Amino acid sequence: MAMLEFIPQLGRRALQTVPGLGVASRFLLSSLLSVFNRHFSFQQLFRQIYGFGVRSLILMVVAAFFTGMVLGFQGYYALVRFGATSALGTLIALSLLRELGPVLTALLFAGRAGSALTAEISSMKATEQLSAMEMMAVNPLAWVVAPRLWAGIISVPILCAIFDLVGIFGGYLISVPVLGVDGGTFWAQMQSNVTFSGDILTGLFKALCFGVVVTWIAAWKGYTARPTAEGVGNATTLSVVTASLTVLGLDFILTALLFS
Amino acid sequence: METRAIDWWVGIFVLLGIAALVVLALRVGNLSGFAYDSGYVLHADFTNVGSLKTRSPVKIGGVTIGEVTHIGMNPKTYMANVTMRIEPSIKLPIDTGASIYTQGLLGEQYIAIQPGGMPQNLKPGATITMTQGAVNIDQMIGQMVFSKAAGSSKSSGSQ
Repeated sequence: MAMLEFIPQLGRRALQTVPGLGVASRFLLSSLLSVFNRHFSFQQLFRQIYGFGVRSLILMVVAAFFTGMVLGFQGYYALVRFGATSALGTLIALSLLRELGPVLTALLFAGRAGSALTAEISSMKATEQLSAMEMMAVNPLAWVVAPRLWAGIISVPILCAIFDLVGIFGGYLISVPVLGVDGGTFWAQMQSNVTFSGDILTGLFKALCFGVVVTWIAAWKGYTARPTAEGVGNATTLSVVTASLTVLGLDFILTALLFS
Repeated sequence: METRAIDWWVGIFVLLGIAALVVLALRVGNLSGFAYDSGYVLHADFTNVGSLKTRSPVKIGGVTIGEVTHIGMNPKTYMANVTMRIEPSIKLPIDTGASIYTQGLLGEQYIAIQPGGMPQNLKPGATITMTQGAVNIDQMIGQMVFSKAAGSSKSSGSQ
């Protein structure tokens, strides 16, 4: 009997999800395009970049530094068996630039800024601030959602570049002064194997995609939250979980597309 | 927070991002390779370039004096044609030789230049004729095993 219940429920789910995705896409597009709306304010945009980007900076720097140091230790442990520690710089730089930088930045961003974004928008909805704006003929997409989306899209690649750099520096600090890898070889091998467009820019492009996806999910979850205290909590949790899983899945697809 | 302060912070944040990108490009991605853009071009034909790549270093006595800019194929001689850029201050005699060596056992490959002693120098665009291609370790091991086997069978046959 439970099985018989399950199958139509699956269909109902699918029927809800597919148009839901369409509505969410329209939400994204109309929010992004509302920079041309007169209710879009650059003041708001800067305020959000400050909240998302500048205030995530310390978290990113600390996380990147430790990630780089761990990469240095682990890479050395694996490479020293083959006498190939000269490749440590390449290993650290390529892992950070291509995968760890964009993915970890996006995951941390989802936890640090995405959750706050969802909570903010959903509690605005719960306290009927969004409806009040509509009553005053202020487009809430332009006034509330668009600056936050754009702030996320602008912040994530910048954070990712800083993450990459600090991570490589952390890896250098462990490899060269602590583990005794030759400093010249470390940089030279890195420079001869890392390409600007193929590795650095593609990594930042990944970060840009993640920035769009994370802020989109966070804003959408907030915008469609049930307007209750419980709804705000659920939406925030769902926002972080969905954004994190989407980033990991999307990373696989982007890696297969960009680096194959 | 005051609006002016926020503008400042956002400006600093964006500048930090750009600075990080520039440092990554120059220090990690070696976009500073344009240092050799002013250098002159030399060619060399090798029987085997191994795993030499563009941007591989060109060295004299371990000091990098240029880089490989292009690797192609000479359709007439079936030799690999390597184009490299050399620092303009380095003048090479016409009897200069070039070999492809490996850094360490598993390291990257590079071109080692052995300068000759003739008074005339190679002109830009000239071709180095005395070359020695990359050593193929698989082939070497194969030959060694084969000669060992041949030697042992010969010695067992004589007994």
